[in-house]
Amino acid sequence: MHIFANPKRFLSLATWLTPMCLVIGLVMAGGALAYGLLYAPADRLMGETVRILYIHVPAAWLGMGGWTTIAVASIVELVWRHPLATIAARAAAVPGAVFTAICLITGSIWGRPTWGTWWVWDGRLTSMLILLFLYFGYIALAGAVNREGASSRIPAIFGIVGAINIPIINRSVVWWNSLHQPPSITLGKSAIDPAFLWPLLIAAVGFSFIFGGVVLARMRMILADIQTEARLRRKALAA
Amino acid sequence: MREALDQWHFVAAAYAVGIIGTLGMVGWSWISMRRAEKRREKARRK
Repeated sequence: MHIFANPKRFLSLATWLTPMCLVIGLVMAGGALAYGLLYAPADRLMGETVRILYIHVPAAWLGMGGWTTIAVASIVELVWRHPLATIAARAAAVPGAVFTAICLITGSIWGRPTWGTWWVWDGRLTSMLILLFLYFGYIALAGAVNREGASSRIPAIFGIVGAINIPIINRSVVWWNSLHQPPSITLGKSAIDPAFLWPLLIAAVGFSFIFGGVVLARMRMILADIQTEARLRRKALAA
Repeated sequence: MREALDQWHFVAAAYAVGIIGTLGMVGWSWISMRRAEKRREKARRK
């Protein structure tokens, strides 16, 4: 892991990895969504609205995956002082928040024809909404720390503490009575028919590549800003 | 009386949210990255 601690080495890798992840992700996700919209069968109970799940489910996974990335990078930052861990955590916040918002909005759109309501304050929906607010808090905190020059440990601790919400989201449909269905896909098991499962998995892999590409792009952006600022500061001191 | 809901309207709305949100995020991140890297190159040349 420490091999990539060198920003120069990271940049040489990220330069070709960023567009590659984005292109693969857009092709896979686009193909899976087109298949889901045009060719996948309608569900016996959900009807045509089952197609919404090809966006909603990957967005939910990546919303949770984004915060898991923040938590892991924060631990690496606090324990090993990895120079890129802080940057990785901050870079994962915006795509994580976007996917959480997409999950909540598409879930609400799916809920209206399926449950008869746009929103219910049950465990799954509420814990997912809390995740979105945690992202907003993290983005604001990281921005403030950056502006004020405070310790980067503050957002790192917030990232680790906030991770307690991830198992709560995951188990919410088991712990509490909910309109939301129990988990359909667990490790090695699926209750979903292969006709729906394959486009869903391809969409999930495609959106994951997009997530990875966006994180890399945002890491490059943050790194470039840091390097620009350092160079301008050195020049100002030398002048 | 139950209102009649056309499920395709909901599917189209969800796809629009997902696609616009994802492409917007990709485009914004890519443009911000390119701008930041251009600023760095400019600062190096100064």
